[in-house]
This record gives sequence, structure tokens and C-alpha cells, in this order.
Amino acid sequence: MSTEDTMHNNEHDHDHHGNFWTTYVFSTDHKMIAKQFLISGIIWALLGGALSVIFRLQLGFPDMDLSWLKPVLGEWIDIQGKLDPEFYLALVTMHGTIMVFFVLTAGLSGTFSNFLIPLQIGARDMASGFMNMLSYWFFFTSSTIMFISLFLETGPASGGWVIYPPLSALPQAMSGSGLGMTMWLVAMALFIVSTLLGGINYITTIINMRTDGMSFTKLPLTIWAFFLTAIIGLLSFPVLLSAALLLIFDRSFGTSFYLSEIYIGGEALPNTGGSPILFQHLFWFLGHPEVYIVLLPSLGITSEIIATNSRKPIFGYRAMIGSMLGIAILSFVVWAHHMFVTGMNPFLGSIFTLLTLIIAIPSAVKVFNYLTTLWKGNLIFTPAMLFSIGLVSYFISGGLTGLFMGNSAIDIQIHDTYFIVAHFHLVMGSAAFFGMLAGVYHWFPKMFGRMMDAKLGYIHFWFTFIGVYLIFFPMHYIGIAGFPRRYYSWTNFDTFNGFTDLNMFVSIAAIFTFVAQFIFLFNFFYSMFKGRRATANPWKSTTLEWTTPVDPGHGNWPGDIPKVYRWPYDLGKPVNDEYAAKFSDEEMKNVPDFIPQNIPFSKTPETNFPNENELIALEDEDDKAIEVK
Amino acid sequence: MNTQLHIMEEPKKTFTIHPKKFAMWLFITTVVMIFASLTSAYIVRQAEGNWLIFELPKILWVNSGIILFSSIFMHWAYVSAKNDNTKNVKIGIGAVAILGFTFLIGQVMAWGDLVNSNIFLVGNPSGSFVYVLTGLHSIHLVGGLIFLLIVLKSTIKLKVHSKNMAQIEMCTTFWHFLGGLWLYLFIFLLLYR
Repeated sequence: MSTEDTMHNNEHDHDHHGNFWTTYVFSTDHKMIAKQFLISGIIWALLGGALSVIFRLQLGFPDMDLSWLKPVLGEWIDIQGKLDPEFYLALVTMHGTIMVFFVLTAGLSGTFSNFLIPLQIGARDMASGFMNMLSYWFFFTSSTIMFISLFLETGPASGGWVIYPPLSALPQAMSGSGLGMTMWLVAMALFIVSTLLGGINYITTIINMRTDGMSFTKLPLTIWAFFLTAIIGLLSFPVLLSAALLLIFDRSFGTSFYLSEIYIGGEALPNTGGSPILFQHLFWFLGHPEVYIVLLPSLGITSEIIATNSRKPIFGYRAMIGSMLGIAILSFVVWAHHMFVTGMNPFLGSIFTLLTLIIAIPSAVKVFNYLTTLWKGNLIFTPAMLFSIGLVSYFISGGLTGLFMGNSAIDIQIHDTYFIVAHFHLVMGSAAFFGMLAGVYHWFPKMFGRMMDAKLGYIHFWFTFIGVYLIFFPMHYIGIAGFPRRYYSWTNFDTFNGFTDLNMFVSIAAIFTFVAQFIFLFNFFYSMFKGRRATANPWKSTTLEWTTPVDPGHGNWPGDIPKVYRWPYDLGKPVNDEYAAKFSDEEMKNVPDFIPQNIPFSKTPETNFPNENELIALEDEDDKAIEVK
Repeated sequence: MNTQLHIMEEPKKTFTIHPKKFAMWLFITTVVMIFASLTSAYIVRQAEGNWLIFELPKILWVNSGIILFSSIFMHWAYVSAKNDNTKNVKIGIGAVAILGFTFLIGQVMAWGDLVNSNIFLVGNPSGSFVYVLTGLHSIHLVGGLIFLLIVLKSTIKLKVHSKNMAQIEMCTTFWHFLGGLWLYLFIFLLLYR
């Protein structure tokens, strides 16, 4: 041990006894900030889910008397008990905005990147705890503004979560494009600042603060996923900021970046020379990578959980990294597949089709590796494991339909129908949600020192898993039949009368799934205070976070930071031939089926491969090198 | 910062940078992405036609000279700090700050020239883009000026010297970046009229 390290540890040995404000509110501890993101994310998810239940009621039961919602929605329910059509659009818009940005970006990356990066790479905290705190409070401010906008008299933003101008740019176009849209833009600008502060911190921490021996090829796949997610965010969110900036100029200062030759109420607007397609290009340059910002962390979490609970190394560790890299790079060159029907040159369309379909390759590699990891594994079905397998299921069934829409010719038929709604809710929405839930079940013992109830977890899983399929599978048929999304009702069209029953079915399934989430909420908050106390390593996992005490203090490890000698997937490693020959049955049974990353090869001669035995000498040298320093 | 201490002792680590300096580069990346997206938006929009062509104000040439000149002073201040010449550091940073402020005034005067030739923020996007690009760059430059003042303050407190270069190094990086960014924008605007 060097003196510097000792000094450093002494600094951290005692817990920081701050007051309530510094411990729970303005905390700079990455674990507390992660919990703040998680709780905020849960609140947003509930709200976003509740909004979807309201508009599903409208879609499934168009003749229903909604007067009973008057105490909540007030003037948005008219005297006949009907939902205001403009408010319906607001509900759809806010559901999308909340779920994509506030839950699955901030709630997911914010929680798990913050929580796991320092713990899994062996660092005391983030590179800058202060910036990390700022990141949360920017998010909180942004959340507050977005929340307040829900209660405006003119309604929140209503132009869809993609806020295409001119609809979103002109207050005359719809009431939601007034103050509601302004607040949406302000909230999103703050949100982008929060994401960038967080992302800069994640990348800096992963590159610069790994513990001894934690090379990039020994990083858990979770960290790889968070790392690439942060890079994607860093490159794409500034572009959304530019798009929003120009929109703000158009809305508030009268410029014409996106507006041209528009008549409202028979009156010509002064704006000329703008291009609404320009906005779509800028928006989708963020918008498509955003899909992977949402999904990659969940895929990383799943890799970790599936390997741990299959008691097998992840299949194709480097292929997993390679496929995530491939997805990250490809995510920047496919944005125009959202714009096939904007009158784009068909030749350009075919290029984007090709690039889009290439994403199927790394995605298929990931699916293959999940399945082969499960194959002949010693499966342990914890709730986290079930949710991870659920993710793989959604990733397959939702991903397959992506091939249809990725083809520009087929996309023309199904563009903006419920087919695309079903597709992205499965592959991005539900899959990412399942990853997030799996992560909560898996790392809850580390977060709160207690276990969540597994039985309630199973019930929650099966209700949600079946519920989600019952919602989104029928939706594909509704979409193929040509039902356009974002419509208030279809009862005026004879064509669409045939699917009234199916829409009702989808709505009932949606309400059922939403209600099932309260099982999770109860389990979460009850276990936080009353759950069974956790052991230090309840899932017999190999990564560094499980080498900390049950309730890690600020600084994570009371003594030295553990050093890393091996990759994170030494699970179910067989006894080598040399020892198998001389071990008795009893001794064979006592060989542990997992070896944490901080155990040197010299301590595990019975499972070492020949090449690993060669590393022992190097280990000694390294230790000596440290002593001398 | 406690973070740097244990990094030094990691024998197997091959690649580490001062975390704050690294974070600075990441921040610069985000700024690059903002301007890259805006200039590509400019090209996309221009390709659609209905594009007003006008002369850029002549004063922008002067401003470009000023900002180039300020970068030379910045470098001089940095080298002086390396040689522990605190007096020159103060003079250098002061000069950079004054030149930076002059640049800002020059940019505002350029806007005045645009207004005089009937190019307003509101109007054909070709003019609006010039205002947005210059304005956004100026906002970043104000950030750079604040950073300069912070470094000046620590220099006066004798906290900037050859053993403590991180802050002035980051400031130098950022200032050179702002200069480079302006040259990029200027050349871009000259080429894509």
C-alpha cells in the first residue's frame, strides 16, 4: 500500500454524517443521486401510465361517460362527459414525452449509470460529485416545469412528442402550441443540460477512474452499455438543442427557419422561406439515437442478470461489446427512416433502408448471445431474471416488425398507423421498461440493503408480461388495417368500425397492466423499510459492487479499493483436469461456482486454465510494484 | 481532489487523463455538435432555394484578426505560467480578456451593419442563420471570458504556476477552441453564401 492510498482511505473510512439536506436532498453521493433519479422516474412513470389509461378509455370506449374524471381533469371533460379532443392530443404528447425522456432516459440511465458505474469499476464516486448533483437538480427543475405545464388553462404541448412545426410553432394552430409548448421547450432545454452534465460525468468516470487491473476488456457489460449510451447522448442531445433553439426563435422572435407560406383562418402569415422538413432532420438526428439511449442500458443490465442467473459466462463477451458498438455507430446514420413519407428522394430512401436493415445484424447477435447464455444454463428464476428474459422476448417480437418499417416501400403503407405504435412500444418501450424493472429487482439489495419480496415479484412479472403482449399484439392488426395513430376517435369512419371490439380489448389490457404496476410499487416501498435484510452478495455475483458492505457509505469501500484480476463472468467455471483427477467428490462440491473479479488467480489454482496460471507470476510482480511505490 | 490520488498508482492502466481536462474535451464535443448541426441545417435549408444572398459585414474580418491575436496572448500567458512568470500571466490574461471583449463589441457592430443593409433577424433564413450562429458563438465567448476572469483571480492569489497548470491549461484549450470555432463559422459563411 502506498501512503497516498492510505491517506485517501482514511478520508473515507468514517461515514459522512451530514444533516438531512446534505444526505438526502443536495447529496453528491452517486448512490443517493441514483435513488433520487429512480424515485423521480417512478413518479413520472406512474403519471405517464395514468395519462395513457385516460386516452385508452377514449379509444376503447368512445361512448363512455367520463364525468367521473371531472375532479381530476376539470374543464377538459365537457358537459356530456366527453374528453376534449385537443386535450386528447395533449395526453398523447405528454405520455410520449414523459415516457421517452423523463422515465426511460433520466429514470433509467440516471439511476443505473449513477449507481453502478462507480461501484462496478471500483471508484469511490463519480469524477465530479458536484456536477452529478447539478445534473439531478437540472432534471428536477425541468420536471417541475413540465409538470406545471400539465395544469395550464391552454393545456400542455399537444403537437406530439416529436413537436413537428408548423403545428408546434404557431399558437394559432392549436391551444397547446401556446404557453404549453413554450414550457415544453424550456423544460427540454433544461433536460438536455441535465443529460449532458450526467453524460460527461459517466464517460469521464469510466475512462479515468477504473481501479487497478480494470481494463476495458474486464469491464462488466453494464458499464459498456452505459458508456456507449453516454457517448450517443453526448453527440445527439446537442442537436436536439439546436433544433429546439431554432424553434424557439420561430415561435418567439418571428424568424422563419421552419415556417413558410402558411394560411391560418384565411389569413397569410408573414413567414416565408422556412422548411418544416429541416426540423424533422434535426429532430430525428437526435430522435433515432434516443431509441438506443433508452434501450442500450437495459440490454447491458440484461446481459449482467442473465449471465449471473444462468451461472454461466455471458456467451460472446466481445461480440456483445462489438454489437453494442455497431448499434451505437449505426444509430447515427439511419434517422431518415422516420421520414420516408416526407417526399424524400426514393434513391436516398433506399440507402436509409439498407443502413436501417443492417442494424438487424448486431441486434440479432445480441439476441443469439442471450439465448446461448441461457442454453443449458443452471437457471435461477429470480424476478430480475424473469424480467430480463421478458426483455429478450419483446426485443425479438418487437424487433421483427422493425424490418417491415425499415423497408421504405412497406413503410408507406404502415407509416403513422398503430403498427408503428405497437412496434416501438414493444421493442423500445416495454423492453427498456423490463430492463429497468429487472435492474431494480436485481440491485435493490445493494441500494437499500433489503430484499424485495420475490413472490410479489413473480406476480408482477406474469401480469405485466402477459398484459403487455395483450396490449400490443392486437395493435399490430389494428395498424395493418390502416388505423392512423393520434386520432381522437374513428367512429365517424365506416372503414374502422370493425375493430371496435379489438380496441376495447386493448384498452382493458392496458388498464389491467397499469393496475398490476401497483404490486411493484407496494413491493418497492414496503421492502425499502420492512424487507428482509440482504446479505452482501445475494445473487452470488462476480462484479465489484457486491464486495462492498451491505450498506456502503459515501466512498463505497471501507478499506482499500479492490483490485481486479479477472473478467466479470467467471461463473460456473469448471475444475481443471489436473485438480479434477485428485479431488474427492466432497472437494469437488466445495469449489464455488462463481469467482468475484477481485480474487487473484493465485487463490484459485483448481479452476485456472493453463494461460491463467501464467498470469500468476505477473500478479506477483504487480503487487510488488505497488509495494515499492 | 481525492480522485487523482489513486489513479497514479494503477500499474496496469495505460490511458488516463486529468478527469476535469477530459470533461472539458467532452464539453467541447457537445459544443461542436451544436454548431455542426446548425451549419448542416444551413446547408440543407440553402439547398431548398429561396435563399437571399448578401455581403457579410467587412468588420468580421477585423474581428477574426482580433480573436486570432488573442489566442497568441493566451498561449503566451500559458507559457509564462509554465515558467512561473506570474506577472506575464496576469498581463497575458488581461490582454486576452480585453481582446475578447473587443471582439464581442465588434460582433455587435457587425449586427448593426447587417441591420443597416436591411438584413434583420426576422426575414429570409439566410440572414437569420447569420444572427443565430454569431449570437450563439458570442454566448460561448462570454462563458470563455468568465473562465478567463476566474483564472485571473487564481493567478492573483498565486495559485497558477508550473506545478498547478490544470486550470490555465483548460482555459487555454477552451479559448483556442472558441477562436477556432469562430474561424470555422466565418469561413463557412464566406463559402456558403
